[in-house]
Amino acid sequence: MNVRAQVSMVFHLDKCIGCHTCSLACKNLWTDRPGTEYMWWNNVETKPGTGYPTLYEDQEQYRGGWVLEDGKLRLKLGSRPTELVNISFNPRLPTLDDYYEPWTYRYKDLIEAGPGDDQPVAKPISMITGEDMEIEAGPNWDDDLSGSPIYAANDPNLRKVMNDEERRQFFELQQLVYFYLPRICNHCLNPSCVAACPTGAIYKRGEDGIVLVSQEKCQGWRMCVSGCPYKKVYFNWNSGKAEKCILCYPRLETGQAPACMHSCVGKIRYLGVLLYDADRIEETASKPDQELVEAQRDMILDPFNPEIIHRALADGIDRKVVDAAQRSPVYKYVKAWHLALPFHPEWRTLPMLFYVPPLLPVTTTLTAQGHHELESNFFSSLESARMPIRYMASLFSAGDEDMVIAVYKKLLAGRIFKRAQTVGDVPMERAVQALEEARSTEQEVEDIYRLTALASFEEMFVIPPMLREVAIEMGVDPHEFQEERGAGFVQLPARGL
Amino acid sequence: MDGFLFIAFPYVALILAIGVGIYRRRRRPYTYSSLSSQLLENRKLFWGSVPWHYGITLILLAHLLAALFPGLAGRILGGRIRLLVLELTGISLAFYALFGLIVLIIRRLPTTSRVRHATSYMDGILLGFFLIQVATGVSIAIFERWGSLWYLRTAVPWFWSLVKLHPETATVTSLPGIVRVHFVLGFAIILLFPFSRLVHLVMFPIKYLWRPYQVVIWNRRTRKVESTEVMQ
Ligand code: HEM
Ligand code: SF4
Repeated sequence: MNVRAQVSMVFHLDKCIGCHTCSLACKNLWTDRPGTEYMWWNNVETKPGTGYPTLYEDQEQYRGGWVLEDGKLRLKLGSRPTELVNISFNPRLPTLDDYYEPWTYRYKDLIEAGPGDDQPVAKPISMITGEDMEIEAGPNWDDDLSGSPIYAANDPNLRKVMNDEERRQFFELQQLVYFYLPRICNHCLNPSCVAACPTGAIYKRGEDGIVLVSQEKCQGWRMCVSGCPYKKVYFNWNSGKAEKCILCYPRLETGQAPACMHSCVGKIRYLGVLLYDADRIEETASKPDQELVEAQRDMILDPFNPEIIHRALADGIDRKVVDAAQRSPVYKYVKAWHLALPFHPEWRTLPMLFYVPPLLPVTTTLTAQGHHELESNFFSSLESARMPIRYMASLFSAGDEDMVIAVYKKLLAGRIFKRAQTVGDVPMERAVQALEEARSTEQEVEDIYRLTALASFEEMFVIPPMLREVAIEMGVDPHEFQEERGAGFVQLPARGL
Repeated sequence: MDGFLFIAFPYVALILAIGVGIYRRRRRPYTYSSLSSQLLENRKLFWGSVPWHYGITLILLAHLLAALFPGLAGRILGGRIRLLVLELTGISLAFYALFGLIVLIIRRLPTTSRVRHATSYMDGILLGFFLIQVATGVSIAIFERWGSLWYLRTAVPWFWSLVKLHPETATVTSLPGIVRVHFVLGFAIILLFPFSRLVHLVMFPIKYLWRPYQVVIWNRRTRKVESTEVMQ
C-alpha cells in the first residue's frame, strides 16, 4: 500500500441552476489573456447536448483516454511511436471551429457614429484577427437546449442508448427535459494527458494530486489536448503552450476555495481530500467497464481506520491532512454514501471529480395544473423516467444502470423521508419503508440532507493545509528549484519567435 | 569576400546557434515551442506540414550523415544503380518538401486569416529562407548536373576543415554561383535557428519512447533535501 492524498471535488447536479457564474469567475481570473480567449477551464454544458468542444465525448473521433487491449491499458490516441510520427500534424486535434471563434464588438462604432436615421450598431469582430465576423457558434450556443435538433439530438450518449424513433419522441416539446453539467479538469489519478505528452511536461503534484502543465517544459506538441478525453487541456495559440485548470492552486495554498467553487451560486460544489492507494492505480484502471466505479471507490481509503492512518503518516502524509480527509465532504458523498459518481469512468483516467446525478429531470412530471410533482408512488418513477436511466448510466457509470438506480433510490428516499417529516403528506411508515428499500437509514439521510442543503463554507470546502512557499528549504537553491518544479516566472512570459 | 562567406560567417552562425540556443533553453525556456498553429487552421497545415517535415527531415539527415561518414557514403554512392536510386529518392523528397513548403507559405499569406494573425516576422523570414534554400537545392540537382558524389568532394571537406579549425575553402569557392548561394544560405538558416521557432527541431522528444507514462512531482522530496535528511 502506498497512501497518497488527492484534493477532490463533488458537484451536486440537482443544485446547479446553470447560471455560469463559475465559468465567469474562472475566466476573469485565468483566461483573459491573448491566446486563451476561447478557453473555458470551467464550463457548464446543457445535457443532452454535444458539449464543449463539440462532440468531445465521441472518442472514435478524438481518441482521448485509455482503452483496454488484452487486459493492458493503452492510450486510445495510439502507441508512443505513432504519436511521434504524427507530431508535426496531429490528426486528432480539435480546431478552433470545434470550440468557437471568440469575438468582441467594435464599440467605437457606437461612439463615433455620425448623425443619421438609424441606430448605430457595434459590429462583432473576431478576437483573433480583429476582422468583422459572422457569429456562428459561441460558448454555450446550445444552452437550455437551444438548437436542440442539431446539438442535443447528436449527443453521443443519447445516440448510444436510443434509436432514432426514441430520440424523436424524446425531443417532443412536452417531453423536453435537461440538466446542467459543470465541468473542470478532473485531476485524474491515471491522467491520459500526462501520458500523452511527448515531453513529459505535464505532471501530477505528489502532495495534493493537482495536475499541471509546466509552462517552461511544454514544447507545444499539443498531444495532451487529444489525450484528455474530457478536452480539458487547451492550446494557447499565442504562447504555443498547453494550458489547463490549475484547481486554483494559488488560492488553495492560501486556504481559499477555487474561484469557481467560491462563487458558485447554487452551492453545488464541494472540495476535500481523499486518501487513496497509489499502488492500485493501474490495476483499478484496468478493470472491466462494469467494475470501474466500484474499484475506484475501493481504492479510496478510510481515513478513520487506524491502520490506514498509520500507513498514511508513514508515507509522509501530514497529520493535518489526515484530519482534513476525515472531514472531507467528498469522502462522504463518494465513499460513505455512494451518492457521487465519476463522469465517464469508461475512459479509465480515474477522474477525481464526482457528480451526484440529478434527480429532478428524471422524476418530476408536469401535472395538469402545471405543477412539478414528485411521483407519489416512489420508486416506480424510475422505470418511467423522463430522462432515461440508461442515459444517466452512460454518463456516470459506464452503462451500469443498477449503480445509478441505487443512487436515485437513496436520493428519492431522502426526499420522501424529509417530506414525511416536514410536510407530513406522506405517512411516516411509507417513508421508513422507502429508506429500507434504498438501504439507507434515518441518520444517513439526515446527514445527507445537512451537507446538501445547509452546509456552511467550512463544511463544503475542507481545504487541507498546503502552504508551499516554506517548502523551499535551506539547502535548496531557488534557481534549481525553479528549473525543476517551476516556482513562477523569472522573466515575463513572452511568446517565442 | 570568400573568406567572410565561407570562413567567418559559418563560424559566427555556428557559435551563435549553439551559444544562444543554450542560453535560450536555460534562461528563456518559455519561448521554446513549436508554436503550432494547428488550432487555428487544420486543413492546409496537413497538406503543408506533413510533406514538408517528412521531406526536409530525411533530406537533412542525408546531408548530415553523408557529412559525418563521407567514406561510407562514398562507397554507397559508388555503385551506378545505387547512385541512381538515391538520386531519385533525394529529388522526390525534395519536391515533396517543396510542395509542403509552398502550401505552408500560401497558408500564411491571406492577411485576414487567423494563422496570419499568429504569424511573426520571423515566421516570414524563415519560410522565405527555406523557399530559396529548397529551390536552389532542387535546381542544383537538376540543372547543375550536381551528383551526390560531388557533395562529398566539395562541401564535406570544407565542413571538416572548419571543424578542425583549419579552414580550407578551395573546394567550394570555385563552384557555380547557385551552389555557393545554397551553401551560404545553409549557414544563414543555422544562424536563424536560435532566434526562431526552429529550436523545436532539437527538442524532438525521443525520450517519450521510454519515459514512464505517469509523472508525479513532489515538492519536498527534492534531491538536496533528501540528502540533508539522510545526513541528520
Ligand atoms: C525533428 C523533427 C521535427 C519535429 C518533431 C517538428 C515538429 C513541428 C511542429 C509540431 C510544428 C508546428 C506545426 C503546427 O503548426 O502545428 C512544426 C513547424 C515547423 N517546422 Fe518542424 N519539426 C521537425 C523538424 C523540422 C525541420 C528539420 C525543419 C526545417 C529545417 C522544420 C521546420 C519547421 C517550420 C518552418 C515550421 C513552421 C511551419 C508553419 O507553420 O508555417 N521542422 N514542426
Ligand atoms: S455557479 Fe454553480 S449553480 Fe451556477 S452554473 Fe456554475 S455550478 Fe451551476
